[in-house]
Amino acid sequence: MTDQSYNFAYLDEQTKRMIRRAILKGVAVPGYQVPFASREMPMPYGWGTGGVQVTAACLTPDDTLKVIDQGADDTTNAVSIRKFFQRTAGVAVTEATTEATIIQTRHRIPETALTAGQILVYQVPIPEPLRFLEPRETETRKMHELEEYGLMHVKLYEDIARHGTIATAYDYPVRVEGRYVMDPSPIPKFDNPKLSDSPALQLFGAGREQRIYALPPFTHVVSLDFDDHPFVASKAPHDCDLCGAGESYLDEVITDDQGGRMFVCSDTDFCRSRVAAGHSGRLGAGGK
Amino acid sequence: MYVAVKGGERAIDSAHAWLAEERRGDLSIAELSVPQIRAQLALAVNRVMAEGSLYDPDLAALAIKQSRGDLIEAVFLIRAYRTTLPRFGASRPVETAQMAVIRRISATFKDLPGGQILGPTFDYTHRLLDFKLAAEGDAPPAAATAPAGLAAVPRVTDFLNRDGMIETEARSDATPPDLTREPMEMPSQRPLRLQALTRGDEGFILSLAYSTQRGYGRTHAFVGELRIGMVAVQMDIPELGFAVDIGEVELTECETVNQFKGSKTEPPQFTRGYGLVFGQTERKAIAMSLVDRALRWKELGEENIGAPAQDEEFVLMHADNVQATGFLEHIKLPHYVDFQSELELIRRLRADVFATQEAAE
Repeated sequence: MTDQSYNFAYLDEQTKRMIRRAILKGVAVPGYQVPFASREMPMPYGWGTGGVQVTAACLTPDDTLKVIDQGADDTTNAVSIRKFFQRTAGVAVTEATTEATIIQTRHRIPETALTAGQILVYQVPIPEPLRFLEPRETETRKMHELEEYGLMHVKLYEDIARHGTIATAYDYPVRVEGRYVMDPSPIPKFDNPKLSDSPALQLFGAGREQRIYALPPFTHVVSLDFDDHPFVASKAPHDCDLCGAGESYLDEVITDDQGGRMFVCSDTDFCRSRVAAGHSGRLGAGGK
Repeated sequence: MYVAVKGGERAIDSAHAWLAEERRGDLSIAELSVPQIRAQLALAVNRVMAEGSLYDPDLAALAIKQSRGDLIEAVFLIRAYRTTLPRFGASRPVETAQMAVIRRISATFKDLPGGQILGPTFDYTHRLLDFKLAAEGDAPPAAATAPAGLAAVPRVTDFLNRDGMIETEARSDATPPDLTREPMEMPSQRPLRLQALTRGDEGFILSLAYSTQRGYGRTHAFVGELRIGMVAVQMDIPELGFAVDIGEVELTECETVNQFKGSKTEPPQFTRGYGLVFGQTERKAIAMSLVDRALRWKELGEENIGAPAQDEEFVLMHADNVQATGFLEHIKLPHYVDFQSELELIRRLRADVFATQEAAE
């Protein structure tokens, strides 16, 4: 049931047009953060207002929407955002990655490879990859203009000098088409390789920080590293205890107070489809 | 066993139902009405209107009721409603010199044209709990109010300006920027800063202003004038060819007079800080004028001592409580995925350290 007291997908058409202009500019300059006049949304900043605005600007009545948080369709905030668009846009929703035309995500890229025509919308808390090296927006914009990324490399080098490895496990910075250094949002670095050369359009919305950026299909994205310390996409060294998958990103679930734990796919749709296809892990239906 | 993250939808619905029940509270106690909140918690209503950037006392009162008295939550409700409203146009600048004042004081002159009008202020009350209010009280005796129909009260800064003692504010007909319609860009202009300050969090603006008084960007401020009252809002109607009154709003205006020893280009004279806020909100208006003045260091050729109140990026990026509370509280949301990647990183780093130690032994 669509709520008739609001425009389709909540935002008025003028606002959507403004956001679409920012998206187009972002697509034209991959990895560049486009300022946009972010609106107050009926959910708090930090809950995905940037992603929600981008999704609202992209949605058409024919779309099928999937919303995930931490890879899962049934986490509270994913449920809340999906309900919001069901109410204000009345669009079809799905949990199947393959059926969705627009997927809004927080902190994960689905395990199932995306296809041409799909749009992946990321919720971004801090869009500026240089922010924790330089707090001033006036300075960081200048650094991007001048391609002055030495500070970032020094930070990564200092990690190696101190810890023997780059001590960034999520929110791992990337370089887009050899030009802009970009923040991929707080996805685990396990997901970073999926950013590159994807047939889907990837859009990033940061509401509170008023920025939109984009990776058009087949954009080449490289995770920052050094020749002698190459980037490694890491995950827990286990298989999923429910579906037995060895190649998916896993959540660790504490099962008792005796140190018992299990590992399960963070991508619930991926895990469910594998179980439906007859796969089983250590604690899955076939195992116990 | 593996149920931890399942059932999000049912959990949300139940939480909302519980919240609604808690909001109403004990059913044996009469329900608070929106008109009661509007009339008897007027200063809370004013704060919600000011920080919500929407002048509508009824909606602000409703938001306070809905938010169980959490004023930042109420501001958020108002902001989220405001953003859906269509824009019909812009009013003419309000003429605060024509304000129907209920309070008007100057700390710089003992007496002045228009007089000192204390109005309904807490200033000289003794802060003793009035237990009579706890018992259902009788109506207080009628108070003498400011005589209606006072002639327009002239501005203190205009007296000062007659002999050039205070800087002249250049008149501008430029359309002021609107940070709710354009992304905020740095460095900013004064009109944008004033907009950000007037809708900024009262506590944050207050503390910044206080920090300037304690030496972090000192501006030697005097309250030249503080006035509170109703002003008419006029709008040009193109079809009519003239402006008509479309309503009135209550405003608090504060102009500070600040010492200025002069610079290479300017002779010594007083300078101004400006505060203008919806409703009777004088703490906010005074604080705003101090912070406004502190942020003007560059145009006045003053020294930047690195004080927080002089740093426009710091002030403007952190003044909005809806943004701040959202980002602060979002760390309650699930972060399993990020935390998992950190767990693995720390495990690996620890394993490396122990391996090195063992090898050394």
